[in-house]
Amino acid sequence: MEEGLWYLPAYVLAARVARREVSAAEVAEVHLRRLERLEPLLQAFITTTPEAALEAARRVDLALGRGDPVGPLAGVPAAVKDNLCTLGVRTTAGSRILERFVPPYESTATARLWRAGAVPLGKTNLDEFAMGSSTENSAFFPTRNPWDLGRVPGGSSGGSAAAVAAGLAAAALGSDTGGSVRQPAALCGVVGLKPTYGLVSRFGLIAFASSLDQVGVIARTVRDAALVLAAIAGHDPLDSTSAPVGPPDCESALDGEVEGLRLGVPREYWLEGLEEGVRRKVAEAIEVLASLGMKVEECSLPHTEYALPAYYILAPAEASSNLARYDGVRYGHRASGASDLNDMYCRSRREGFGAEVKRRVMLGTYALSSGYYDAYYLKAQKVRTLIRREFEQAFERFDVLATPTSPTTAFPLGERVADPLKMYLSDVLTVPVSLAGLPAVSVPCGLSGGLPVGLQLIAPPLAEARLLRAASAFEQATGHHRARPALDGGVDRR
Amino acid sequence: MTSEFEPVIGLEVHVELSTRTKAFCGCPATFGAPPNTQVCPVCLGLPGSLPVLNLKAVEYAIRAALALGCQVARVCKFDRKNYFYPDLPKSYQISQYDLPLATGGAVEFLTPGGRKRVGIRRLHLEEDTGKLLHEGVESGSLVDFNRCGVPLLEIVSEPELASPEDARLYLTALRSLIQFTGVSDCRMERGSLRCDANVSLRPRGSREWGALVEVKNMNSFRSVKAALEFEVSRQARVLSAGGRVARETRHWDEARGVTFPSRSKEEAHDYRYFPEPDLPPLRIEPEWVEEIRAGLPELPEARRRRLVSGLGLPEYNAWVLTSSPALARLFDETLRLYPDPREVSNWVMGDVLRVLNARRLELEESKLTAEGLAGMLRLIDRGLISGRAAKALLEALVVDGGEPARLVEELGLTQVSDPAALAGVVREVVAQNPSTVADYLSGKEKALTFLMGQVMKRTSGRANPEVAARLLRDAMAGEGRAGSGAGPDSGGEAGGR
Repeated sequence: MEEGLWYLPAYVLAARVARREVSAAEVAEVHLRRLERLEPLLQAFITTTPEAALEAARRVDLALGRGDPVGPLAGVPAAVKDNLCTLGVRTTAGSRILERFVPPYESTATARLWRAGAVPLGKTNLDEFAMGSSTENSAFFPTRNPWDLGRVPGGSSGGSAAAVAAGLAAAALGSDTGGSVRQPAALCGVVGLKPTYGLVSRFGLIAFASSLDQVGVIARTVRDAALVLAAIAGHDPLDSTSAPVGPPDCESALDGEVEGLRLGVPREYWLEGLEEGVRRKVAEAIEVLASLGMKVEECSLPHTEYALPAYYILAPAEASSNLARYDGVRYGHRASGASDLNDMYCRSRREGFGAEVKRRVMLGTYALSSGYYDAYYLKAQKVRTLIRREFEQAFERFDVLATPTSPTTAFPLGERVADPLKMYLSDVLTVPVSLAGLPAVSVPCGLSGGLPVGLQLIAPPLAEARLLRAASAFEQATGHHRARPALDGGVDRR
Repeated sequence: MTSEFEPVIGLEVHVELSTRTKAFCGCPATFGAPPNTQVCPVCLGLPGSLPVLNLKAVEYAIRAALALGCQVARVCKFDRKNYFYPDLPKSYQISQYDLPLATGGAVEFLTPGGRKRVGIRRLHLEEDTGKLLHEGVESGSLVDFNRCGVPLLEIVSEPELASPEDARLYLTALRSLIQFTGVSDCRMERGSLRCDANVSLRPRGSREWGALVEVKNMNSFRSVKAALEFEVSRQARVLSAGGRVARETRHWDEARGVTFPSRSKEEAHDYRYFPEPDLPPLRIEPEWVEEIRAGLPELPEARRRRLVSGLGLPEYNAWVLTSSPALARLFDETLRLYPDPREVSNWVMGDVLRVLNARRLELEESKLTAEGLAGMLRLIDRGLISGRAAKALLEALVVDGGEPARLVEELGLTQVSDPAALAGVVREVVAQNPSTVADYLSGKEKALTFLMGQVMKRTSGRANPEVAARLLRDAMAGEGRAGSGAGPDSGGEAGGR
């Protein structure tokens, strides 16, 4: 029984727990034991919360024993990226500057997750303040890819993706600013959903770039992602940019028809630098979608090439302001022995922030400086508008767009650390969607050289139901999501 | 000294809105709570917290904008003003940069030379900062974040003020307008009204602009005028000596009565304004604006018209009586109880303001009521108290309050009109001031005033002035006749020795 549990989809686990075929406590214990065994290899978590997990599981079991109603995720062991604030549980954002920060409040997304009955396993590793594509920018340690421990899991939600891929957690929350949910999901062979900007509240999500940040879901099946999204999405009065809509009913839409859906394949995404294996797997995936009755047609999004440079102006600009609050005055790291106020600011931030964060704070500060604002920030905003418009026009002709998620499969640890530009290129296929605020999902579409490849599907704003229906149809048709890393000898022992 | 130069002054006024809660969170916005008791993750800028706009603050801002005759924007937005300071938890202030809530508008005020009108350039909404506390701290500073996030209105005038006195009058008129709308108490000593000034000088008649000096840290209406007077003369001295005025920020030192330059580091700010991504643009429906306009109370201008054309008061009186809603209310209510506009106006503008000023009290802080003031006026009419006793009574009404008739009893202010009761005092006064009496007898009518003063002094102001004057005249007339042979002054007395 025990071995079979950890790769079960979350919706199956929830159903078995609800039918009392297995207790939530047993599910939690199994996952905690697996976590204890594999965590030394993967290092996916910054903080684990076994007591809280067992406590939550016991509450689910008690409720079920009394015949009380339980939430749709009751008993599902879940992990949360460590940039989502959790009441009373240290939240570091992967940074020294918040190493000992314990929030006095809970983020809306996690509060809703727990209310739905999910069991909190802990806080997962990430690139510092979600700035990175490999999780190597974590101030604490890098996370390993379960498919190859010498490779990165992608980032910045690398800890969440690795935990889900390795069966440590049935589902996880991440955050996606320029691809931080989709890219690690692709590199770890799991489903990564970035909802429409504003669909999930950002309250309690430690800000990186506020106009781009969105809480996302990492899971092993599309249905699981839909289930978690339904639990956490919907208007939140605490976030003024939150969409005035309720949670989408994606789950019931999953089994709907995909025949006749118009699928656009933007040619600009088939980059020169695209790895051959990725190209092949994504091309095959598009053939599968065609075989399901989708009307596939090539299209063009000519401004795509400007998305990355615009993103690397706008995101750092917002970050430079968002991260200014870490000044050592009220919480977080404060340098000792400062000679005056300015010295305290400088030393606290010098000691508290890592190299990538400093790089982006400087980039962003520069882009907003008087005399440069028009040439950088304003120009980038205009590019953003063009890209958004271009997608709008594409969605007049298409229901869904399909692209690769990442230009490469998981790369070796350390390969890109010294070359930030090369690292930034990891986001080239995910960033345009972020600038346009669209929903997108990465689904596993096979292996290349033993490493997972992700297919990115993109839909118009708030069309998550359609997006996930297409993704689910693909998943059902291929079964790529059942591939498992070799951690247990390469066999799915379910 | 300033004759060859003319000052060009613009004021930047910050007004704290008296909403129940802060601009972007639900914390109470009240003044005076123990430090850091009105704070939450949002106004402390904890990681992951987000601002939510308080629509009451927007409504208050619109109310003020309409009172100033501004054009309210259909769409405005919020921007971040980035700088590091310990009283600013997020290290940026949510403010409005290129699309403010309102523009245009004007403030009118009365000068000895007639009415003046100064334009309002813009009005925008922002959040207040916390406060640094240095007193009683051995080393370092403490921060109180209670004020942090309180909604603040910034009102920027056109640089159209021609003198420090105009600046003071503008500020008075502006404060009155805002107070009439009820959106702020505008108490400078509590910091709910703050004022910075931009001052430059140019050759009289020139259209060029001089170097702009920003003057900060003026904490009262008096200090605004004093600081600007100092700054205008300072710049004039520099220019007259052939020097150049440096473009800089200067702080007013109240104790020394001078402005001094702030450290240049503080000025090197590049605020890196950019649109606040946590708040969507604010759309203001014209219907909402009209609804707010319809709910505005009677504003000072309409009230002044009523006072001048309805009650026949001089324009100057009308301006003074509308200089604050509390004063206007006191006048209105007293008038209802004692329908003599001139008399009420004279007392309110004269003695009431004098007592308040002398005791540095705001009318709202005093115990004076319309009932009290009207009651006092009726006591004067009925001859129960003298004008002098009335002044003493007014002091008591302001400081302690109460029922005038009873206060008169308690303080022993009842007027003495019985000639028999006053005769002794009058005799004494006449006897002890022979030279003044002689002056009077030689035709100096003014001497009577001095003698009246002596009578009042000895009766603690209770003597009925008419009765006392008659008795004095009679007594001196008798004196004149009695001493006609012996010479006026000391003759009688010398002879008596």
